[in-house]
Formats: sequence, structure tokens, C-alpha cells
Amino acid sequence: MAPHLVASFLQRHGPAVSVQADLELEGANNPVMVLFGPSGSGKTTILRCLAGLDRPQAGFIRCGEDVWFDAAAGIHLPPQQRRLAYVSQDYGLFPHLTVEQNIRFGMDAALSDPRDRIETILRTVHLEGMAARLPTQLSGGERQRVALARALAREPRLILLDEPLAALDLPLRDPMRRELRQFLRAIAVPSVVVTHDRVDALTLGDRMAVLSGGRIRQVGPVHEVFSKPVDLAVAASVGVETVVPGEVVESTNGLATVRVGTSLVHVAQAALPLQSVFVCIRAEDVTLETSERRDVSARNQWPGRVTAIQQEAGVVRVTMDCGFSLSALITRPACDQLRLEEDSAVTAVVKATAVHLIPRDNPA
Amino acid sequence: MDWSAIFLSLRLATATTLILLVVGLPLAGWLALSSRRGRWAVDALVALPLVLPPTVLGFYVLVALGPRSPLGSAYEAITGNTIVFSFQGLLVASVLYSLPFAVQPFAAAFAAVDRNLIETAWCLGASRVRTFTRIVIPLARPGIIAGVVLSFAHTVGEFGVVLMVGGNLPGTTRTVSISIYDDVQAFDYARAGRTAALLLAFSFLALALTYRLQRRSGRAWPLTS
Repeated sequence: MAPHLVASFLQRHGPAVSVQADLELEGANNPVMVLFGPSGSGKTTILRCLAGLDRPQAGFIRCGEDVWFDAAAGIHLPPQQRRLAYVSQDYGLFPHLTVEQNIRFGMDAALSDPRDRIETILRTVHLEGMAARLPTQLSGGERQRVALARALAREPRLILLDEPLAALDLPLRDPMRRELRQFLRAIAVPSVVVTHDRVDALTLGDRMAVLSGGRIRQVGPVHEVFSKPVDLAVAASVGVETVVPGEVVESTNGLATVRVGTSLVHVAQAALPLQSVFVCIRAEDVTLETSERRDVSARNQWPGRVTAIQQEAGVVRVTMDCGFSLSALITRPACDQLRLEEDSAVTAVVKATAVHLIPRDNPA
Repeated sequence: MDWSAIFLSLRLATATTLILLVVGLPLAGWLALSSRRGRWAVDALVALPLVLPPTVLGFYVLVALGPRSPLGSAYEAITGNTIVFSFQGLLVASVLYSLPFAVQPFAAAFAAVDRNLIETAWCLGASRVRTFTRIVIPLARPGIIAGVVLSFAHTVGEFGVVLMVGGNLPGTTRTVSISIYDDVQAFDYARAGRTAALLLAFSFLALALTYRLQRRSGRAWPLTS
């Protein structure tokens, strides 16, 4: 059985600043937990405490049967004894060692045939024939792969990744993001990924924990956290939008059709394989009408019913059910003019260009 | 030229440098990489020979190692010789006197090693000692070479401490700088000049090499770390 991480601890940095973390990580089905939050929210502190690099003041950390940290019992295992892999933001490759030496550094010295294992691992991350290179002779993407290979070679019980894509150039990020997701799913080792990037979170995570002001505000499946933030702090940090899982059912002429629940969503998007995606729609991009119209340019018109109306500073947030739960942000006068109230019929109008898709390699 | 003095100085400098490598690397590692309390006191102690007049240091070594001191009498009981006015006594004094010239560049180089790499090594299961020998020392190599060159050159040129602790025994404790002093006392300016020129050329080369190494590694060596 895969290990199960349970952590609940408090780390103080002086009287005013503290980080409180309560995390549970399932080993089996949803192995990737994203720690999401703005910089300074305590993400890296949590990662360092899990790694054993920092010692929390209170609480405990358990991995499977092992106690890694227990403030009450005075237990604090050093990182060497936690059998985990920690990949820092700049990958932490040893510049004076070759790719092979880097990978071998973390491996069990007692291993009978390390060469075979290194070659297998290099194949896993598509770095065949690069064993003798130095880190300076590698591209950013290759460096990340070496760091992952080195992490994997350790046969870790937990993988910790600190902003794994931040060091990459923008054009490289998209393919590497998908590659990383596939890698993390394939190796099936529970992982914690720190990021402040929404697309990273949606692509990489199975579950996510949102941090704000040193506290975990919400934990849940990624699309749920994005769509249904529990409070304003979470809403502010994830940026409110509708995120729903869907399946691409057609993709022609730069227009993709995605099935979301019982509705179809049209998206302006270059050719896309038929696969699972997250459909993202920002609340401010949703227009509301009282009835369907024929002469509009917008490709998406979804009839539905209002489920909630919330007053926010100067605007009104209307949540409606149109086969899936959709948020719309409209002005006060618009709300009055449409005479919207709970359960009234309404049609959401969204341009195909205002819908964003984030590919997923598995049904979420 | 006083070849026996030159050879003695080279022998002393080599032995001093080797001892400083053995003692200085762990000491510098501790100073640079730990945040333990009392670090500042050790820092100050190591740097003391930089500001102390050599005669003061030599005086204390002389008192500490003299035949009536516990250390001196213990040494004499074991070996049958006194430690002061001997090569061994000179060696002890030289190691103390050159300590900052080795430890400070070592510590500066260790402190410049990316902390991230050290922590990465720990997380990969490497003990502190293995991390130090496999990651920190190789990455600090330019600074270590600088420390070796500087302590070697400094020992070759030392005068006051040698005079206090070693005296002036030809072949045993008369080093090259004392030989120059003797030549001047004896008005043999030609001989003093030749030895002085040799020492000047040697010192310049040692420093040039050090700075060349610093430049390549992209960091300057600060006197205080």
C-alpha cells in the first residue's frame, strides 16, 4: 500500500508571522497535491517542514507508519532519514557532477547494478545518451528532467516540488507542464507541488490546498476549489472563475466542442485531440439575457436557472445552473433591468474566444 | 645564497600548509555552515593573528611550550627534546600564525556555495560529512587553493614568530627571512639582496596565482569572511 502522509504543524517566524498547515495526502488514487497561494503565503515553509529542512514548533508529520516529526515526543527526523525527494525551484543539480553522477548521488550505494537502473531512469525521462553531460550543457527542460530522474532514483515515498516550472522559459512551460503531469501520474508516488500559477495548479494537481496568510483555507479537487472558493481570501487568490471538467467531443476549423455535463461548450481553439479538459470561464466574460437570441456572434448560449445572487462591491455575482454551475459578474443596474432573482430563467451568453481549455490526461 | 635557510623555509611552509588543510577545512566548514552559538568567538580567535604583533603571538607560544610549561615538559618527557628552539616548535607557531590565511578563504568559499545544493544533498540522503566532502569542498576548490597558496607564502615569509620561538639555529630554525636579517646585520647586502629578490618574486607569483584563480571563479577573497 502506498504511504499516506498526514501533517499538522505550526511554524513561527517571529511573533507576527506563522504558518499553520493541516494536510492529508492519499497515496493511492490522487497522488498530486498542489499547494497554491501568492508568494509569502507560506507554501515553501510547508514544503521545507515536510522535507525536514525546517523544524516546526508544534504538531506532527507522519508518513505511513513512520513518525517524521512530533513536537510533543521531541521527534524530528533529518531529511536524510525521510526517504523523500525534494526538487527546488532551480532544480539543485550539482554543477560539478555529470548527469549520471547526479542521479547516482541519491541512490542506494548497496544497489547491485546501479548502471542498469540509471539507464532505465534516463529512458523514463527521455534523456538517453546524456549521462556524461554536465548540467551546464543541458537546456532548462533537460535540467528539470535530470532533477526528476534523480528524485525518482531515490525511490522516494514522497516527492516535493517547489515551483517546478518557474525556472523555464515561457514557450517551454506548456509542453513541460504536460510532461510533468504525465511523469507524476506514471510514477504514482504521492507528490506535493508548490505553485502560484493557476495553469500549473490545474494541469498538475489532483487536489489542491489554497494558502493565504500562512493558513490553508481550502482543500479539495482542483476544479472544485477554483469554481467554489469557500471564502473571499481563497476567491482572491485563485481568481474567481468557473472551472468544470469536460470531454472534447469534436475539434474542427479552429472550433472545439466540449461536453460539460449535459451542455455543449464551443471553444475557439487550435486542433485538439479528443481528451479530458478543464473548461475555464471567467465570470466577467459571461453575459446574461432573459431569452435565447438568434442574431448574436457569441457561439455559446446556455439556458438555465439562477441558483444564487450575491452582492459584491459595485457588482452582482449571479450563479446559475445551465447543465453545470456557472458564475456571471454583472452590474447592479443590469441585474435590476433583467429582474433577476433566485430560480428565474436566464440565458448565459459566452463568446467561444472567452473559454479556455486546460488539457488533462485523465478524467478528473 | 643561504640554501639551507631556503630549504628549511620550504619544508616549514609545506608542513604548515598540510596541517592547515587537515585542521582548517573542518574548522572553516564549521564556521561557514553552522549557525551555532559562540561562532563569533571562534571567528575572532581565528582572525587574531591578523592583528596581533608576531612577537606577541611568539611570546605566548614560547611561554606555553617552554620547558617549565605543562605542554613543554610533557613533550620533553616523551621525546627527550625541548619543543622550543626546534623545528617542531616552529611548526606549532607557524600553524597558529597562518591559521586565518587558510581558514578565512576556505570559509568564504564554503559560505559562497549555494545553500540549496547542500540541502538538496541532505534530502538525497547524504550525511553532513558526505555532503561536505562530495559537494561543498569540490565547489569551493578555488577558495581552497587560494587558502593553500596564501598560507604557504605567508609561512615562507614569516619572521617575528620564528625569531621568538625558534631562535636562529642554522639548519634547524634559521628560515629565509632570518637569514636576510643576519646578512644585513653582517653588512652582506649583496647576499641579502639576492635572497630578498627571490622571496619577492616568489611572493608575487603566489599572489598572482591566487588572484588569477579568484578571477576565474568570479569572487574576491575578503580578509574577513
